[in-house]
Amino acid sequence: MNNHVAIEKSNEISGLQMFAELVTELSSSTKTNDKLQSLVDYFATAPDADKVWVIAIFSGRRPRRAVNSRLMREWCLEIIGIPDWLFTECHSTVGDFSETLALLLSEVEVINRQNENLCFYLEKFIQIEKENESVKKKFIVESWQQMNSKEKFVFNKLITGSFRVGVSQKTIVNALAKTVDLSSSVIAHRISGNWDPTTTSFHELLGESTSLADFSKPYPFYLAYAIDDVVENLGEPDLWQAEWKWDGIRGQMIKRNKELFVWSRGEELMTEKFPEYFILKDLLPDGIVLDGEIIPALDGKPLPFAVLQRRIGRKNISKKQLQEAPICFFAYDLLEYNYEDWREKPLTERRQKLEEIISSFQNKSIQISEKINFNSWDELAALRKTSRDKNSEGIMLKRKHSVYKTGRKRGDWWKWKIDPLTIDCVMVYAAKGSGRRSNLYTDYTFAVKDGEELITFTKAYSGLTDKEFAQIDYFVKRNSIEKFGPVRTVKPELVFEIAFEGIAASNRHKSGVALRFPRMNRWRKDKTVDEINTLDDLKQMLKLYGK
Amino acid sequence: MANLISFTDKGLFCEAGNFYIDPWQPVERALITHAHSDHAKYGNRFYLCHKFAKPILQLRLGHNHYQTVEWNETIFMNGVKVSFHPAGHIIGSSQIRLEYQNEVWVVSGDYKREDDGISGKFEPVKCNVFITESTFGLPIFQWKPQQEIYSDIINWITKNKENGKASILIAYSLGKSQRVLQAIKETTQTIFAHGAIYNMQQTFIDAGWKLNPVVRITPETPKELLKETVVIAPPGAEGTSWMKKFYPYSIGVCSGWMQVRGNARRRNVDAGFALSDHADWNSLITTVKETGAEKVFVTHGFQAAFSRYLNEKNVAISAEVKTQFGDEDEETNSPLEIKNEEAENV
Ligand SMILES: [Zn+2]
Ligand SMILES: [Zn+2]
Repeated sequence: MNNHVAIEKSNEISGLQMFAELVTELSSSTKTNDKLQSLVDYFATAPDADKVWVIAIFSGRRPRRAVNSRLMREWCLEIIGIPDWLFTECHSTVGDFSETLALLLSEVEVINRQNENLCFYLEKFIQIEKENESVKKKFIVESWQQMNSKEKFVFNKLITGSFRVGVSQKTIVNALAKTVDLSSSVIAHRISGNWDPTTTSFHELLGESTSLADFSKPYPFYLAYAIDDVVENLGEPDLWQAEWKWDGIRGQMIKRNKELFVWSRGEELMTEKFPEYFILKDLLPDGIVLDGEIIPALDGKPLPFAVLQRRIGRKNISKKQLQEAPICFFAYDLLEYNYEDWREKPLTERRQKLEEIISSFQNKSIQISEKINFNSWDELAALRKTSRDKNSEGIMLKRKHSVYKTGRKRGDWWKWKIDPLTIDCVMVYAAKGSGRRSNLYTDYTFAVKDGEELITFTKAYSGLTDKEFAQIDYFVKRNSIEKFGPVRTVKPELVFEIAFEGIAASNRHKSGVALRFPRMNRWRKDKTVDEINTLDDLKQMLKLYGK
Repeated sequence: MANLISFTDKGLFCEAGNFYIDPWQPVERALITHAHSDHAKYGNRFYLCHKFAKPILQLRLGHNHYQTVEWNETIFMNGVKVSFHPAGHIIGSSQIRLEYQNEVWVVSGDYKREDDGISGKFEPVKCNVFITESTFGLPIFQWKPQQEIYSDIINWITKNKENGKASILIAYSLGKSQRVLQAIKETTQTIFAHGAIYNMQQTFIDAGWKLNPVVRITPETPKELLKETVVIAPPGAEGTSWMKKFYPYSIGVCSGWMQVRGNARRRNVDAGFALSDHADWNSLITTVKETGAEKVFVTHGFQAAFSRYLNEKNVAISAEVKTQFGDEDEETNSPLEIKNEEAENV
């Protein structure tokens, strides 16, 4: 009898352990359905307080970093007694800092298992943030001594980094929809927006009749797939509305209860970053939600993305910046009007109302994103070729009677982007990737020719298949000229076609240019290093397309 | 005095005895630590190996002039005293001890310290100079006891069965497969295997080893028979059409590299089991200490790091040595090599 009780006790698993198992399952399963099942199981059994945190963490809300990684590294070295350089070596092999710590600490004996829940640790992080170093050290070191390897890993992750478990918001919403009695769209709506996991209970967040109204909440965005067929197959051109696809930040502008909120597609509340928009609080009617692009523009003409990047990087915005690169909102769509959800109405109706609203007042901080008039697909194709001159990435096609859907959907909305710019170049440096490519050389630096010299001009990480990465990794390991730190200098032999969306002048790069969205388009096995492009070619492109 | 072993472009060379150890280019006389392809190459005139290694060498390299020894048996070659000692890595794997003019050198080959019941129990050998591998020579590599990993594998198989899936375990045909097969023999009546693994297992059984036979998968094997079964396959079969037959299935890889999450994820497998036939970080250090060697040469693996660590911690005077031994994982799994195994054995 006694025996039985003892077994039950030891089988009790803590909230942290459940979360650690969840993360392990999510990161090792390769199929969306398996991930969904893991989440459903988790939400069915985990403590409510932990669930709130899991929703928060997987949607990018985490407590501020309580301890910096330099200190965690120091304490780890102290416990296990290895030199600093050896840590560096381990880190470059593992690729992930939190995992490196967890592996190095795996021999640390569990002396005092506490079986705490996930929320205990997260609340503790907030508590100790302002404390001095010795308090932090005591907490971290003692926590390590209470955890198994998987728990140490998630614990370190919670402090230092983001979880890349490959779970989309959609999967989380679907998993929750199987646990609570709410529809997916209501859940998506409730878990987006500005709520605080420390003060919100699971019931407040996802209870059936919640009184905790948050009038800042954006709607889930409707996203388009790239068109994978010839446009002619979309049918009659007059069933479709065409717009320019702008290269800014997709966002929602909300005015409710006489307050203004600007959300990015990444669900970041960005209102304070753009003082240009403040005046819209007075100009827009109340109870309205607009979908559009946050983009710098002068006299109604969009500026390159690089301008926006410089702007976002700054804490304080100068008068000069406000003059040189004022931010505008290019409105695409109307999602809510007069506090009424308009998403089920057809696009034409939404668009008409939108035009009516925007034209009722004149302000340079907002404008309607113009429609492209066209009568045939050929005509539109010709117009598409002029995209780059307008700082546009191409064309958006929206079926005129389409409703505003949730998430990425096929059928009614398509993006028809312009072909990227490309350049042939040679790989000269390689470094190991991170995360799932941690033991492979997958991060490359490329060079073009300048006379006899090779001039590096960009890095790229993506665009190849796993098989190609493995082959290149094999080449790198056998053709290294030099190794410093994690980077290998590689025999300049492998030629790649790099595709990119834009080019800008840069004094941070030796080549004098910076590329936007560079990626490996093709491995040019048919080309030798003598046949690659030159620095002059790059400069020519800068002249043509750089602004 | 010249070193007893010098590092040449053909391999580890003992000039006094006029022989090589695990040479990577054809030589007159080769002493072989074990039968993995990066240690035992084709084309030597004479092979000396442990008696358990001979059948595998024959399978892999064909008929050659082989001579075998027992562990701890002493032979002389040109006045150099030579003996083989268990390395615990795979069946027949040995460390090779050389003694000449009162100096003792030991070449570890590949080794592991935990006794897996078939590869022989590793014995540290006292020496002046020790040449060690360092495949997993970083402190992130600390193995769990094998029993724990075995139960992880068995639990995984059970779970797959519950979900109506077959369990495909990826393991190297020589070494890992025999070990895994021993570990899971109680779990299921019949274990199916890819041709490469079947051949290897059969070679051992023919040589008198009491190992469980496996059922070879052929194009005629009916799909219905394979439902929810356990299948052992070599890395070359991973991701090929050969696996279609087992659908629905779950793939688990048995390799020390699975210690790092990213490796399992990159290979797109469902489960990784950090089951290694090499010494982990602590075992490497323990071994170096137990040999009492004052000088340690570190070969294939994380040689720079391990060697530097030994120097800094005053464990031994150490230097790293470039060899052409790769980890057999990397070598046999090279994506540039053409995989004939599948075509031949399906
Ligand atoms: Zn080996
Ligand atoms: Zn080896």
